Amino acid sequence: MTKTIELRLISDPALLSAMRTAVANVCEWAGFDQRTTGRIVLALDEACTNIIKHAYKMQNDQRISIICRITPRNLVFILEDDGEPADVKKIKSRPLNEIRPGGLGVYLINSVMDKVRYKAGKVKGNRLYMHIRRPKGSAG
Amino acid sequence: MHIEGEVDMFSSPQARQVIMELIRKKTPKIIVELEGVPYMDSSGLAVLIEGLRQCGEYGGSLAVAGVRDNVREVFELTRLDRVFKIYQNVEAALAE
Repeated sequence: MTKTIELRLISDPALLSAMRTAVANVCEWAGFDQRTTGRIVLALDEACTNIIKHAYKMQNDQRISIICRITPRNLVFILEDDGEPADVKKIKSRPLNEIRPGGLGVYLINSVMDKVRYKAGKVKGNRLYMHIRRPKGSAG
Repeated sequence: MHIEGEVDMFSSPQARQVIMELIRKKTPKIIVELEGVPYMDSSGLAVLIEGLRQCGEYGGSLAVAGVRDNVREVFELTRLDRVFKIYQNVEAALAE
């Protein structure tokens, strides 16, 4: 049976820490070990940071919704914002041999998650789907 | 320099300010102690990369010390463990 938890926050970087704590609780409940939980939390942090930076251009009072779906096999996160639609074709991680600040967030998200998909709204808003397979034998 | 607490989009500008001040003074060897940092995201890495590059421009160096396991993992995931000198602690960094 699928269980859904929705987290809502505003696009204030000061709230990222609280978001991480909530996501860590969801991951632990879904049966992930501490190490994988840390990596999933990092991916969510990077995704929210990108929303604040790119979709909301640092406005700190806009909506971010994180829907966490715990299915028997996967943990799925759906992040929604009402910001500027991204050009999905341009969302890429930078090559790691280029040593420069920035561009690592997408790489980290892709390396942690099993499946990542971006969907931009026609007029406004974005949706990011991230899937990660739950450990075998997880309860709930 | 010593950093304490989680380093993310919210807190990394403070760390950047301190590093940039040391760079402005052309400090020859900057050691960033991360013992008190339980979490770091790519915003923190970006500050360190920027510091490393700018140090290199005047012939200085920037290294990190006392990196906790979960922060080390972020360095490893991004292969920055091959770019930064990572010391076990500040004493080891100073000894070199």
